[in-house]
Amino acid sequence: MANNGGSSYKSNSATERLYNGLVKENPTFVLMLGMCPTLAVTTSAVNGLGMGLTTMVVLALSNMIISLLRNIIPDKVRIPAFIVVIASFVTMVELLLEGFLPALYDALGLYIPLIVVNCIILGRAESYASKNPVIPSLFDGIGMGLGFSFALTCIGAVRELVGAGEIFGLHIMPDGYVPCAIFIMAPGAFFVLAGLTALQNKIRIQGEKKGKDMSKIQSGCSEDCMNCGEKGCSHRFYGASDGNGGETGKSSGRQGQAGKDGKGRG
Amino acid sequence: MSELKKVSSNPHIRSKVTTSSIMLAVVVALLPAAGFGIYNFGLDALILIAVTVATTVITEYTYEKFMGKDITIGDYSAVVTGLLLGLNLPSTAPWWIGAVGGVFAILVVKMLFGGLGQNFMNPALAGRCFLLISFTSIMTNFDCDAYTGATPLAALKNGESVNVLDMVIGRTSGTIGETSMIAIVIGACFLVLLGVIDLRISGSYILSFIVFLCLFGGHGMDAAYISAHLAGGGLMLGAFFMATDYVTRPITKAGQYVFGILLGCLTGIFRLFGPSAEGVSYAIIIGNLLTPLIEKATLPKAFGTKGGKRA
Repeated sequence: MANNGGSSYKSNSATERLYNGLVKENPTFVLMLGMCPTLAVTTSAVNGLGMGLTTMVVLALSNMIISLLRNIIPDKVRIPAFIVVIASFVTMVELLLEGFLPALYDALGLYIPLIVVNCIILGRAESYASKNPVIPSLFDGIGMGLGFSFALTCIGAVRELVGAGEIFGLHIMPDGYVPCAIFIMAPGAFFVLAGLTALQNKIRIQGEKKGKDMSKIQSGCSEDCMNCGEKGCSHRFYGASDGNGGETGKSSGRQGQAGKDGKGRG
Repeated sequence: MSELKKVSSNPHIRSKVTTSSIMLAVVVALLPAAGFGIYNFGLDALILIAVTVATTVITEYTYEKFMGKDITIGDYSAVVTGLLLGLNLPSTAPWWIGAVGGVFAILVVKMLFGGLGQNFMNPALAGRCFLLISFTSIMTNFDCDAYTGATPLAALKNGESVNVLDMVIGRTSGTIGETSMIAIVIGACFLVLLGVIDLRISGSYILSFIVFLCLFGGHGMDAAYISAHLAGGGLMLGAFFMATDYVTRPITKAGQYVFGILLGCLTGIFRLFGPSAEGVSYAIIIGNLLTPLIEKATLPKAFGTKGGKRA
């Protein structure tokens, strides 16, 4: 990896992975993955944080195990193999939550077993953990999990603030405030997610205007297979780590596209 | 060559009807209902209507200014939205309810989808439903100085008797603009005579609602029961002023009949079998959402093509 988009972080280092998951490729606001728990459980900041951290634990552990097994798992049955690993961790986490945090367990309900099919976890297993060493994979999982937790907590906090006048159960709004109950119902999740995503895009576009590099570091790939120079990528989205040649051209192509986007919206 | 006259491209004959003239006609047509509401409920109603109209216009202006778009408040569509929203609020609501509803209606429902002509549901109704879900107790509190107790429709739902004459004139509790059937029908006649709206949607809506009541209302063809349902609640206001919104109604003639019948049945279902007494707003909003489908299903057959297939 000669060029990782001009970032000051060393590619695949622990810090780079954390930064990538939290900011550059935030699974909720940038990649738009895992929308089902994002919209369903963020009725309060605590629920959002709980869901995010639960997912983070599963994500980090499953990334680690899948990375360890990446040379053993046959390509053709990799998805079932990933699911088995993920489901095992979800079962463990579910039992632990039920035993030690019953309140959170009740609040999250059905959405804990549904972590098995959370596309962030499967997505990271497929596009990162199955092709990279253990330590970066572990930190990729933690970074993505932190990004997910951060996003869910933000959405939960805004919804709780507007819909109930509280954040983390603390009364924030003045006494005369009448809670706008729609925000803790389903439509509110869409309003807040859309609003925060727009804010995130605004920040990104302003950053691009100032000349900062706001492109994604490694978003799997640009999905532009025609111009992709990745070696050893036959059917997977994200090539192996020996893809030196294509990396530079790919990231500049992505930046060009991002620039166009910015102009179109500005 | 020099003898050739320059011919500009069509259209060659332009109608004098513009968006603003249509919207202005709607505003004028709503004035009787608004006037009666103010007469009926007093100063509170006037303040609420003023707040909603001011908020919708200011929101549209601010958004367009901020986004560097053309200012379109001159087409009066924001005034119509504000007026309709104001007429759909109970007079007891505090002023900020009108402001919140107006901002939501214009900013979220209309401007974020691209402004007039792009909104997928009626902004005023979406604003009302937003308020109804968010602030249920405020939005269903009809106890004002003039009237206490349930709205006629709620009383009807509980099996109590209602005074139909009062309901037709408008001397009942309810939202500001919905109580007086007479005032609404006067405005509607004005619009029909001007050709701004036709009776395809309104007529099929009301007729199908009557048929639905006869079939499932449990009172058979009882004229008093049916007329109470027609005069009560937002049916008249919805049928003439909101279901006929140019942007969110189907554009095909057949589609407009389908749309009206759908609204009539939905309103009947909500009023008879739903938990609340009123259902016009939700019926129209659901109808708005189905409008693209209705249009697709009722595309007229182009002349010369076979079997209604698209050329």
